[in-house]
Amino acid sequence: MGPTRGVSVLLIFPALAMALALFIYPLGYSLVGAFQDKAGVWTLGNFVRAWELYRLDTLFTVFIVGLSTFLIAVISVSIGGYLTLGNSPVAKKILDWLYRWPLFVPFIVAALCMRTFLGRNGMMNNAFVFLGFMDQESAQSFLDWRGIVITFVWKQTPFVTLMVAGAMAGLDRSTIDAARNLGASRLRVLLEIVVPQIRRTLAVGLILSFVTMMSVLSVPIMLSGQSPSMLTVNMAWRINSVGDYGTANALGFVSYLLTGLAAWFYLREAVRDKQQGLTR
Amino acid sequence: MKWVLRAGLLAVFAFFVLGPIGNLMIWSVAEQWFWPNRLPSQWGFRFWDVVFRPTGRAMESLWLSIWIALLTTATCLVVSVPAGYALARGKLPWRPIVMLIFLLPQAFPNLPVYINIARIFFEYDLNGTVAGVVMVHAVHGLVFSVWIATAAFAAIDPELEQAARNIGASGPRTFFEVTLPLALPGIVASAIFVFLESLDEFTGSYFVGAPEIRTLPLMLYSAGAGGNIQIAAISALILLVPSILFMLLVERFLKGEVLAKMGR
Repeated sequence: MGPTRGVSVLLIFPALAMALALFIYPLGYSLVGAFQDKAGVWTLGNFVRAWELYRLDTLFTVFIVGLSTFLIAVISVSIGGYLTLGNSPVAKKILDWLYRWPLFVPFIVAALCMRTFLGRNGMMNNAFVFLGFMDQESAQSFLDWRGIVITFVWKQTPFVTLMVAGAMAGLDRSTIDAARNLGASRLRVLLEIVVPQIRRTLAVGLILSFVTMMSVLSVPIMLSGQSPSMLTVNMAWRINSVGDYGTANALGFVSYLLTGLAAWFYLREAVRDKQQGLTR
Repeated sequence: MKWVLRAGLLAVFAFFVLGPIGNLMIWSVAEQWFWPNRLPSQWGFRFWDVVFRPTGRAMESLWLSIWIALLTTATCLVVSVPAGYALARGKLPWRPIVMLIFLLPQAFPNLPVYINIARIFFEYDLNGTVAGVVMVHAVHGLVFSVWIATAAFAAIDPELEQAARNIGASGPRTFFEVTLPLALPGIVASAIFVFLESLDEFTGSYFVGAPEIRTLPLMLYSAGAGGNIQIAAISALILLVPSILFMLLVERFLKGEVLAKMGR
């Protein structure tokens, strides 16, 4: 049953042509462009310039995205863990309802929300002052690298939590219950029984978030205009203000490398799992 | 005691999840708000009038964004329904490679690719046109529409199609009267998702569309950068409505358990 080979190829052709023309071709263009100067001569000059101008920004980007990924992992595992192991059904229901709100909020809207929320006179500082945690004079703006990290974590945690909580809900309860009956604390059950079983799902969610954060322009450009900046802002600057595609493509190549590195770590783990016969 | 701690932690969590959206809502009805006032000194809907004035630029941007999102959704559906059917049911050479190609836009940072699309489009005069922006949005939407359509078709029991064929239905008739209706919920879900992604898209529109094509996210950005926080906040709230609706609806067809299967 189903279409024959010829018909199948015909059916897939338009979609495939679109992906090749509008993604694979420009992707190749950016890879080649990273190693060519304006006249089309092969060179490493773009990388030299990228290193001279943006090595600090590269580290800054790795730091921000890395820290955000780490925080997303901790928070999503905590939420998922409470949803799986928590005692209070009411608290679980509220938490389950609450955590997903930012899931489909566009990045540009999240950035604007945070710009008003984290500013010197934003709702966060005002709430702290109101509750007496600090006085008005010591209120400071969080619209710098901290603001970018908070926005990324706010926006991406629901996505990873949804995956992680789903995987946790699908686990066999008997080992969890057995460990609990033997007197293991909930934290220990979470870290030693639940997390090892869902770590593949967690890793996929984190890598997808990592790639997403590496290509978001709106958040860093709206929250923090100061130097050092994120690579996305630098690429936009090279194009719009200098018209320098070579350096922009070299920076693009660096961001491919960074995400490739993250994916490589994941694949290495996955292969090791398979060799040990632990694949789930 | 434990009860108090639990309630306290939930309250803090709620503040950080909902506070940023709440702050935006306050800004949308703040006519005057100067430091160090904790709340606006003058409230009102004056800026809503500015945004919703039929001749205003914001409404123009909203309609343009919706138009682009509709075109993007249509483009994605037209190519991804046949592609999904072929991937699920057909006999394709190099099927894993083809699936991988449709996954790549999600595996690479998009921004450097958008820059180079804009560079290529320059030669074809596609920058600053609706067609150009639709193409950029569509290739991003293709990842979701092809994968979800494939999953939707693969989930249908082939025996149902076989039964239709056995009682004499032709191949196309079986597809349109049996297979397609069964796959429709998944395809509708992917269409909504592509529509939303297009409506919210910023980076691609920024490089390919600006300054001629001012979608709502681009307008929001320039309003925010220009200090018109109220206008930006109202535009942001307009963008939030479909996102929140989708979030509330999503449980119907996008269970966490399904998401967790991704990448396996």
